[in-house]
Amino acid sequence: MNTDPKPLWKPHAAGALLGLGLLLTFVLTGHGLGGSGFTTALSATGADLVAPGMTAGNAYLGPMVADGSNPLDAWITWQVIGVAIGALLGAVSARRFRFNVDGPTRLKNPGRLAMALLGGIIAGFGARVSLGCTSGLGLSGAATLATAGFLFLGGFFVSGAIFGLLTRRLWA
Amino acid sequence: MTFPLGFNGALSGLLCGLIFGFALERAGFASACKLTAQLRFRDWAVFNVMFTAILVAAFGMYILELAGLLSKDAVYVPTTYLWATLLGGVGVGAGMAIGGYCPGTSVVGFMSGKLDGLVFFVGIIIGTWVFAGAYDWLLPMLEAAPGPEAQTLSQLLHVPDMVVLLALTAVAAVVGWFTARTPAASCPVPGESS
Repeated sequence: MNTDPKPLWKPHAAGALLGLGLLLTFVLTGHGLGGSGFTTALSATGADLVAPGMTAGNAYLGPMVADGSNPLDAWITWQVIGVAIGALLGAVSARRFRFNVDGPTRLKNPGRLAMALLGGIIAGFGARVSLGCTSGLGLSGAATLATAGFLFLGGFFVSGAIFGLLTRRLWA
Repeated sequence: MTFPLGFNGALSGLLCGLIFGFALERAGFASACKLTAQLRFRDWAVFNVMFTAILVAAFGMYILELAGLLSKDAVYVPTTYLWATLLGGVGVGAGMAIGGYCPGTSVVGFMSGKLDGLVFFVGIIIGTWVFAGAYDWLLPMLEAAPGPEAQTLSQLLHVPDMVVLLALTAVAAVVGWFTARTPAASCPVPGESS
């Protein structure tokens, strides 16, 4: 039995499928794809479970859970479940599914996981400042030719390149 | 019949997300190494995939509008807040360089078995709580220097949409041509040809 992973698609082929999926999303819903809308809803729900009093009093998260409303009852929740299923189907069908820890190749696993946690905290904070992440603002915003999408992408790539070059010695 | 259809239910979300997640996986974006290799200029897949997708969707919407099938006013266009939009992008870019993913690709990474994808995802939740804690203090910056509502590049530059579309196509074509011979990053991505 052949167990070799199947090749990745060429960037332009994968990009074309992604673009057609994004176009379908606009045609069906009137808005694009997203990511951080879901993590924000999950953060509000999680905070409400752990510390309901503090959450209700918070100016940002409070309105999301006011009067017993459930921020996870939204289109974006289904879309992220779809992303998870699509990614799993993709990884399994290409024989690419492996339990491991990616990340800087010169660090051991605890160091890699610490970097992932720190990066996640910074990205999560940043995506709330800009009201969207690489998917919602960068990809979907730019597809509508929004200035916000391109301004976000400019900041993303310049800062990413600076921190990418600063951390390049961590990668073999 | 004109689009958008206003299908904002579970099936529409699942279908759109499924295509999104599958395309990101096939591009190799389950790998923190491959994603950050773009930021070290060792691999150009992130740029090429994103720009191709933006152009396909933007041209598609342009043609549907011309044909009278898509109502432009019903398509959501985000509004710029100069400092918030820019600094948020700076944060998400730094977060990807340091932690390997962005919110969407961390889900794709974890569903391919990457435990750091899950840890990054947990980090996003913590980062959102930190933001919520600092919200009152941040608010003046978040709302500073708003642009015109739902402004597009074409409106900013006073040119037709087609001019912006052709300029973006030219950028994508030039970068695509120059990077076509850049070997893909030497990342442990199963299925990466070297």
